[in-house]
Amino acid sequence: MSKSVNFITRNFGKYDVSSIGSYMNIGGFDALKKAVTMTGEDIAATIAEAKIKGRGGAAYDMGRKWAQAKAVVAEKKVIICNADEGEPCTFKDRALIEKDPFNLIEGMIIAGYTVDAQDGYIYMREEYSHLRPLLLNAIRQAKTYGFLGTNILGKGFNFNIHLYSGAGAYVCGEGTALIRSLEGKAGRPRMKPPFIKQSGLFARPTCVNNVESLAIVAPLLLDDKKEYLSYGSGESIGTKLVSVGGNVNTPGVFEIPFGTTVREIVYDMAGGIKGDHTIRLIQFGGASGKIASSRILDTPYTYDDLKKAGVTVGSGAILVVDDRTSVLNFLRTTQAFFSHESCGQCTPCREGNRHIKLILEKLAANTHRNEDITALKKIVKLMAMSSLCGLGESAENALLSAMQQFPDVFEVK
Amino acid sequence: MEMVNIKINNIPLEVEKGTKILEAAKKIHIDIPHLCYHPDQKVKAHCRICCVEVAGNRRLLAACSTEVWEGMEIHTDTQIVRDTQVGILQLILANHEQNCLTCARNQNCDLQRLCSRFNILKSNLPDVCDHLPVQDTNPSIVRDPSKCIKCGRCVRACKDVQGVCALTYAGRSDSISVTTAYNKPLEETDCILCGQCSIVCPTGAIVEKDDTQKVLDVLQDPKKHVIVQVAPSVRVALGDDFKLGQGTIVTGQMVAALKMLGFDRVFDTNFGADMTIMEEGAELLDRIQHGGKLPMITSCSPGWVNYMEKHYGDFTAHLSSAKSPQQIFGAISKTYYPKQAGIDPKNIVTVSIMPCTAKKAEAARPEMGRDGMQDVDIVLTTRELTKLIKYVGLNFENLEPAEFDSPLGSGSGAAVIFGTTGGVMEAALRTVYEKVTGKELKSVDFKDVRGFQGIKEATVKLGSQEIKVAIAHTLVNAKKVMEAIKAGTCDYTFIEIMACPGGCIGGGGQPIDTTMDIKKLRMDSLYDIDKNNTIRKSHENPDIQTVYKDFLGEPLSEKAHELLHTHYHKVKKQHDFSYLKPEEIYSI
Amino acid sequence: MLTAQKQDHILSKELSAKIDLVLASHEYDNTQIVGILLDVQDLIDEHYIPEAIAYYLSEKLDLKITVIYDCISFYSSLSEKPRAKYPIQICNSIVCSINDNDSVFTIFKELLGIELNEVTYDGRFTLESVPCFGACDVAPAVRINGTVYGHLDSRGKIENLLNKLL
Repeated sequence: MSKSVNFITRNFGKYDVSSIGSYMNIGGFDALKKAVTMTGEDIAATIAEAKIKGRGGAAYDMGRKWAQAKAVVAEKKVIICNADEGEPCTFKDRALIEKDPFNLIEGMIIAGYTVDAQDGYIYMREEYSHLRPLLLNAIRQAKTYGFLGTNILGKGFNFNIHLYSGAGAYVCGEGTALIRSLEGKAGRPRMKPPFIKQSGLFARPTCVNNVESLAIVAPLLLDDKKEYLSYGSGESIGTKLVSVGGNVNTPGVFEIPFGTTVREIVYDMAGGIKGDHTIRLIQFGGASGKIASSRILDTPYTYDDLKKAGVTVGSGAILVVDDRTSVLNFLRTTQAFFSHESCGQCTPCREGNRHIKLILEKLAANTHRNEDITALKKIVKLMAMSSLCGLGESAENALLSAMQQFPDVFEVK
Repeated sequence: MEMVNIKINNIPLEVEKGTKILEAAKKIHIDIPHLCYHPDQKVKAHCRICCVEVAGNRRLLAACSTEVWEGMEIHTDTQIVRDTQVGILQLILANHEQNCLTCARNQNCDLQRLCSRFNILKSNLPDVCDHLPVQDTNPSIVRDPSKCIKCGRCVRACKDVQGVCALTYAGRSDSISVTTAYNKPLEETDCILCGQCSIVCPTGAIVEKDDTQKVLDVLQDPKKHVIVQVAPSVRVALGDDFKLGQGTIVTGQMVAALKMLGFDRVFDTNFGADMTIMEEGAELLDRIQHGGKLPMITSCSPGWVNYMEKHYGDFTAHLSSAKSPQQIFGAISKTYYPKQAGIDPKNIVTVSIMPCTAKKAEAARPEMGRDGMQDVDIVLTTRELTKLIKYVGLNFENLEPAEFDSPLGSGSGAAVIFGTTGGVMEAALRTVYEKVTGKELKSVDFKDVRGFQGIKEATVKLGSQEIKVAIAHTLVNAKKVMEAIKAGTCDYTFIEIMACPGGCIGGGGQPIDTTMDIKKLRMDSLYDIDKNNTIRKSHENPDIQTVYKDFLGEPLSEKAHELLHTHYHKVKKQHDFSYLKPEEIYSI
Repeated sequence: MLTAQKQDHILSKELSAKIDLVLASHEYDNTQIVGILLDVQDLIDEHYIPEAIAYYLSEKLDLKITVIYDCISFYSSLSEKPRAKYPIQICNSIVCSINDNDSVFTIFKELLGIELNEVTYDGRFTLESVPCFGACDVAPAVRINGTVYGHLDSRGKIENLLNKLL
């Protein structure tokens, strides 16, 4: 019987989330106090030592990202907390904001200190608007206590956090689109170069991090006993928040040590499959993630093992679909999502999504022919190879993996 | 300059650091296909058809936006690149109104060229085009949204060149469209009908209103005496589409073509320009000497006048009341000319050939006419004239050059440079200077106001008085000038403003694919014509002198005011919120 | 002299004053247009942005109307057309789909007597099909004016929900 652990989630239920005093009583802001005695390079090195990869889905080495951000020479720099969490079946960031808002604020301040930014922006999806008072309160109290503002902790470090809202666009989870939204425009992604780390928000060097990535910072800095490093192995050390949903008995957010098997997550933590149904497929990483059959149950949840099994960690979502839903209907629902969320700017994604939706409808009506399947494969490849941003690139991941795992679905009957 | 070594299709190449792949390929004469890329615009990377393979990258990279790095190995012609290019074209075509045979951009369309280049045969993708109605409610610009490929070039032109932002993307995914705010017709928005959008559109989604049939019809009407006036900018641009070289002076062939088309008289808008200088010069001196509204701003650019009326409607008193050369010519063509030629003005049809789309709307203004007739009946753009020449099957390159007719066919060197930014200012100064100092100019070259910078200023000594003058082109710069006037910090006396980049030579009605480089060639040609003209000052044009002596009297005379001057009107805003202003409660 | 004032304008003085407060709370910073539009939308009963108000914001913020229109048409949370006092947003994404959101759609339509995107006669309710809003652990879920109602797996629960809003 595998247990979840409490490293990132150590504060859940342990303090009054509306009170900074309550937070400080359990050691809140001790990490910040330690951080300001270190150099930015050292903090980045600590992150790198823990091999933390970006928890939003891109899985970029966070320590390296912070070191690069620190190295950029500029008068005004920006850090952004990406709280847009738009991947279906992903709600771990929501849990972190609901249950440990001050930890996120503390992590952001440490991030700002590390990379020499003066402004931090939290971009939180509109669908979490009920959490705005919580965060605004945390920011306000942090400022009152001198953890935000000018000359923080007497170190000559100035930093402010601004809370911005999204407005119902999954694509705004993409870095350049998020920045465009912050700049007061429609959130359509920009081309790269220029890269965000050189020219991001208002052309300033910008470092974007996911909520969970920032939530690890404070506990990690205070982890003298190296508890975090004791979990997992190889390239996947430490712990991860996963959000399990679908046809399971107890969906929710679980903090697992890397290496826990998928079976343990689905059956021990999420209570197994509802009723007496069997697993049709499991999707990892949200709607833009690849799918696997139940053969993946005994795979350890690590970056490398999942990759070998043909899926990725992605947003940390684990969606379990049982036999009541056909693969085709699953794909059509997923396609409907991307058809709705594509920004529309670039030809491959805008037109590609449109045509794939039509072909899937033909499949559902069993009116498809060989040319349609050929066209499907061509368009899927085109989108993956030439779209402007990650949305177009990954929109057909589920479809692509379905074509490999469940080829009979696409046969012309 | 730091250089990097790269390979394109295994050909080694050294280019400057920061060069984009697309530009690097051009250096070795490889044309990577592109649709949203335009050399005069910021890179967008929307269409993705320029995607190429770069060794070490698992995805394709857009050639228009990716900068080369040391050791980069690029492949523009591998199977995956071809599949992507063809695939993207097929996707575009499935959502495109494919009526090429009857489209305004037939044979002059970037999409057509690419389809032909890649030998696109019918694909099995279903037609997903919305087949929306064509929007055709103003005299200048026609939009056909079903041909839009969402490249964003027009949005950029309207934003970066003009700062007007009348066009925008709206919506998301397959509902994305290029449109105006609330989908209002262009003329009901901030749009000033300059046509800069139409000149960068790669397809037939935004085109000029086609009035060629009207001209063909009227030329066939034996009762009508059809005269044509041609703007200076046309004669250095018309050659583009006839393989005579960009910027080549083709005046002779142009006049010959117009005669062969059947126009009864072929006249020169430069005549109208000289008269504009007479009126505007006199008006400027009048304002200077009698405390009139200063700075005075030129009013010959209808796009600029539209901008003033829509956005700075309280400041129209600064505009010169003199009409534009097109309209001054028009007025003379319906009053002086009929008398002189013994023709009933009702039977005269005045056509003008302009580099401009806004001129079509200008000619249709109610105040630009009399007795139920417009002074200028039909306006054609340079592009439409090209179509007419091809229509009647003229071998333009080989036509024997012909001369303009009299008496409205002569123009000074000052008139011809109206077509370039700084030209109107220079023309005006040549006349005004002489009027004030009484001295003949030793040199007629005011080098201070030539060139392409956003705003240029100069100081001119008019006798004992020194005045500051400025020239600006594009409305982004016009706005800077107007804001200075609004703030009271503007110390210019006379300002020339042209709506289009480079002046009329870059007008919205000029040949497609006009670029900054081509405009430079046209500008040089205009100055060449000026230099080679025996008469270089408006007031020395003998035909002009005749009209004043026999008909108008003096500049600013009552008759001149009646025929050659106009008034402007502030355009009502879409929504007026003045009712929200706090009421006056107290009075002293 | 008392005369009846005709209310010609959607944008009354009172509403414009409230909008001015929203603008002030965003420091009249036009880069905050997204947040401004969300706050302004909440001032309107039917939760949308009328065209006149979009033009008002354009003037007050010195921001092109096309930028504002682009934002309203791009972002799903902003609406150009009138909705209702309680827009009932039903999740249509995969987790809720495999947890019988079909019944949720059907029952709401039956109880309210409207189809998707229609408004009840009293302007109170409208039904909207929206993508995932992160309430997957309580699927199937709906969201109404920022509040999430989950575990809507019976007719009774949906009736209770509506009764609370009436």
